[in-house]
Amino acid sequence: MSGISLYRIGALALRYLYLLRSSRIRIVELAYWPTVQMILWGFITQYLMTHSSILHQAAGLLLSGVLLWDVLFRSQLGLSVVFFEEMHARNLAQLLISPLQPIELIIALMSISLVRTLVGVGIAVLLAIPFYGFNLFALGPPLIGFFFNLLLMGWAIGLLVSALVLRYGMGAESIAWAAIFALAPLCGIYYPVATLPGWLQPLAWTLPASYVFEGMRAVLLEHAFRLDYLLYALLLNGAYLGLGISVFLATIHQARERGSLLQSGE
Amino acid sequence: MTEPAVIFVRNLSKHYGPVRAVDGISFTIARGATCALLGGNGAGKTTTIAMLLGLLLPTSGQIDILGEAVPRHRQRVLPRMNFSSPYVDLPQRLTVAENLTVYARLYGVRRVAERLAVLGRDLDIAAFFQRPYGSLSAGQKTRVALAKALLNNPEILLLDEPTASLDPDTADRMRGILTDYQRRSGATLLLASHNMSEVERLCDQVIMLRAGQIVATGAPRELIHRYGRKDMEEVFLDIARGIQSGEVLE
Repeated sequence: MSGISLYRIGALALRYLYLLRSSRIRIVELAYWPTVQMILWGFITQYLMTHSSILHQAAGLLLSGVLLWDVLFRSQLGLSVVFFEEMHARNLAQLLISPLQPIELIIALMSISLVRTLVGVGIAVLLAIPFYGFNLFALGPPLIGFFFNLLLMGWAIGLLVSALVLRYGMGAESIAWAAIFALAPLCGIYYPVATLPGWLQPLAWTLPASYVFEGMRAVLLEHAFRLDYLLYALLLNGAYLGLGISVFLATIHQARERGSLLQSGE
Repeated sequence: MTEPAVIFVRNLSKHYGPVRAVDGISFTIARGATCALLGGNGAGKTTTIAMLLGLLLPTSGQIDILGEAVPRHRQRVLPRMNFSSPYVDLPQRLTVAENLTVYARLYGVRRVAERLAVLGRDLDIAAFFQRPYGSLSAGQKTRVALAKALLNNPEILLLDEPTASLDPDTADRMRGILTDYQRRSGATLLLASHNMSEVERLCDQVIMLRAGQIVATGAPRELIHRYGRKDMEEVFLDIARGIQSGEVLE
């Protein structure tokens, strides 16, 4: 394999930024759902604070959960939806006969997913300050670890979903939306993993996001930074991202064998 | 003096289960040649081009392009070649200039603005640089696709039906652009086409395919003479219908 070229990665990232720039609706859409979620959960928090001692103790529990959940959701969607754009545009074959290497395609998808996540969730995070007096940055330095772990997990799922769509066609596109929601109940976004039935808990602990949300609760409720949680999450993310990249590359190789790249998007 | 081969294909096959899309073809194309890959629908033209590009993995056989084994070392070769086809699109929502800028960078073109200005002038597309690619007519899209294929001044240019769906005037201009580029750059052109007058005008070598096999090769005039016909259209019909069978090359 030739060396990875930042110039080519930048070229592809530029393509996605052009796309984003070409439609203001897309930019609004990026921030729309995270903001709506934040507003909804903000009101729920205000209501529950009058009835729940735990929320009174840590008012930001639900809002932190929903905003961090959106990091995971947006990073996954940001990667897979952008990849689907290539398939819809019948542009994938053009890309793969250019000097762009598949690994560079992956890095470009990750880069643009990062941008989309920062824009989408960032606006909601900033709006939460005047709306509810809630500042996510109050989580302090652990927030950086939470953010990157959720980003990595989102990328891993995004690559697996993209591989699935490349293999089975655009009919499988809805999986991009459904996949992450199937994991949501297990991640302990709004409640501790211990709340889950005993037989589900081991499964929950195989998800990096579970460690992130437990770590978030530790900061908010106990004012403790659980480095061990972050390291477990990082370790799992390394494995999942490695799996996601391998499956994605193998699916491109398989598409080259099956001759499906010329038909993609049709 | 004979030019060295820049495309060397030996016993190339692509099988999909029992279907032999390409079945043990061998050919060479010399530097600076313009070669046509002809055959009816399903003859194996697009499959062959896709394998040369590394977009499709062969079942067996050997491909060397510019001295490099493909698909193994395709990354070394791809910056020196390019491809245009009306069946492979560019992003519709991006403007023409944005599309060409992205691809210029992907191909490592350094002075992108200068290159775009040259292509805009040569292909007469500068007037719609700021329009979304999706809003262009078929003829305009084909010219933009060709501009994309010429961005890196390719040594080898692969074209899949370069004038399909174009009106005669636009098609003629496209052929003029290709001839001019080939003359100026000394590039090697390989095109799949159903337009026999185009083949007669542009090509000095023809490879005829039927059912994945090469059934005839030679210069257009040579084939017309060999088949006793008045033009390539008639030769094509003979071969495609198996009326006068060409020799299956080993």
